[in-house]
Amino acid sequence: MLAMDYRGPYRVRLQNKAMPRIEHPRDAIVRVTRSCICGSDLHLYHGMVPDTRVGTTFGHEFTGIVEEVGEEVTNLKVGDHVMVPFNIACGQCHFCQQGLFGNCHESNPQATAVGGIYGYSHTAGGYQGGQAEYVRVPYADFGPRVIPDWMDPDDAVMLTDVVPTGYQAAEMGGIQKGDTVVVFGAGPVGIMAARCAWLFGAGRVIVIDHLDYRLDFVRLYGPAEVYNYKELDDVVVFMKHTTDGLGADVAIDAVGGDAKGNFLHTLFGNKLKLEAGNPIALHWAINSVKKGGTVSIVGVYGPTGNMVPIGNVVNKGITIRANQASVPRLLPRMIEHVRAGHINPKALITHRVPLADVADAYHIFAAKLDGCIKPVLIPGNA
Amino acid sequence: MMTQQSLPTAQRTRTPVDTSTISGWGVDADPKNDPTYPIRDRSKNDVASDTWDRPTQQESAVEILQSIEFVHKPAVFGTTAPPSGISGAMRRAAFRWSESNWLHWLLLMGADRINVVEGVVEDLTHGTLPNIPAEMGARAEWQHNKKGFALKAGVILALVATAAALSRGGRRPQ
Repeated sequence: MLAMDYRGPYRVRLQNKAMPRIEHPRDAIVRVTRSCICGSDLHLYHGMVPDTRVGTTFGHEFTGIVEEVGEEVTNLKVGDHVMVPFNIACGQCHFCQQGLFGNCHESNPQATAVGGIYGYSHTAGGYQGGQAEYVRVPYADFGPRVIPDWMDPDDAVMLTDVVPTGYQAAEMGGIQKGDTVVVFGAGPVGIMAARCAWLFGAGRVIVIDHLDYRLDFVRLYGPAEVYNYKELDDVVVFMKHTTDGLGADVAIDAVGGDAKGNFLHTLFGNKLKLEAGNPIALHWAINSVKKGGTVSIVGVYGPTGNMVPIGNVVNKGITIRANQASVPRLLPRMIEHVRAGHINPKALITHRVPLADVADAYHIFAAKLDGCIKPVLIPGNA
Repeated sequence: MMTQQSLPTAQRTRTPVDTSTISGWGVDADPKNDPTYPIRDRSKNDVASDTWDRPTQQESAVEILQSIEFVHKPAVFGTTAPPSGISGAMRRAAFRWSESNWLHWLLLMGADRINVVEGVVEDLTHGTLPNIPAEMGARAEWQHNKKGFALKAGVILALVATAAALSRGGRRPQ
């Protein structure tokens, strides 16, 4: 079968690989119909995630047709068209029982901090991802969900990560009616976080980024007030002054370690890898939120460390909430929101690219070319 | 103090969004949503040890490295790209230390870089010359950013020319 193949930082290609097989009674084999490139795939693509081995296939946002099921999988049948949450979760461990499906303790031998994730390095379990014609889906009796008949497959693939991650970013902010919410990052997750902030009753939503074409998009899609930080002398001073000197009630970091916007953090974090990525968005979030406010982090950072103003977290009494999205927990509600028309996920898709052109798709997305917001890969056999 | 005039134009002209025009505004508003997820739910699980009904253990002949912070092997795991070569030896060494130790991660990052060279060697031994420009999306760069393409091509040519010149200089008879 054909699959994306990681060869090193900034280098990917299409490769013939062995067909996946059932390795556990709760596995399924899925023929991929759509697979997104996620902003967090770019952390892998840029070589920022430790234990990203040459030969890995990325891709944790995908839908597909069930081709084969293990003997313990009774809820799915061959031919079902399913959306597959990016979390590989058993559904029964200490953490899954808490609804912490991104932190499953039975799916990742290489690290205790995070559960298994498809195609997200050996630090997330060493699984092959969905940017391929076929993929092995562990715990298929728990995570995947059959796509409703009425749902557009383009919406379905966005429910495997982007929509629930953006929603959880807003949820973790503990937004109350009338709150001012600032979202750092106008990538797909930041856009979705801005949209979902309204569902929780936000009174004002501000998005900050440096890419005008994405700011233009979220200004209408959110809707949101948008600001290009390159036009601001100091992001934090601006945020204080535009909130009567207090700061935002909730600040969301929807960027993670691939941030731009600060020379020293770019040098230490992105170039020299002395930090787990560039944490300037988190830095701004901590300093822009009001005293007693909440910082919600869904941006992805590496597992080592970052220089952020933790003293200000103490002095301001800030609450920080963060996690990988718990997709199986949120999927039912996300489906309701799509059906009700509150969220239009497929509107974010700007590029539909044949899997064969995966290298070009990665470059377009990473270099922010051609107005790219969200690329979706379509295998030739989909 | 920043004056109104010193604020960006967009801020000076800001008009509040009319929330009545937003589909779904406030439908998930809930005063109980603070504190919110993720938070420990004691009603569902308050045991401190691994007393859950464990899934069937996956069997595999592939070498799987395991964090020393685990007290048992997780039931399911990926079997792709097992450790091999110099990078594999470094990865095995890294797993002698916990996830809390920087040496663990630094060794893994070092192994990743060496693994890239091993990947090129692997290609060559299989008779494949990796098309690195294509792997890096050069075609897309040409299609969508010709200026950037020309700049990068120029830098690469300059580096190659400089290296060639230095190489010739080094071989010049004394």
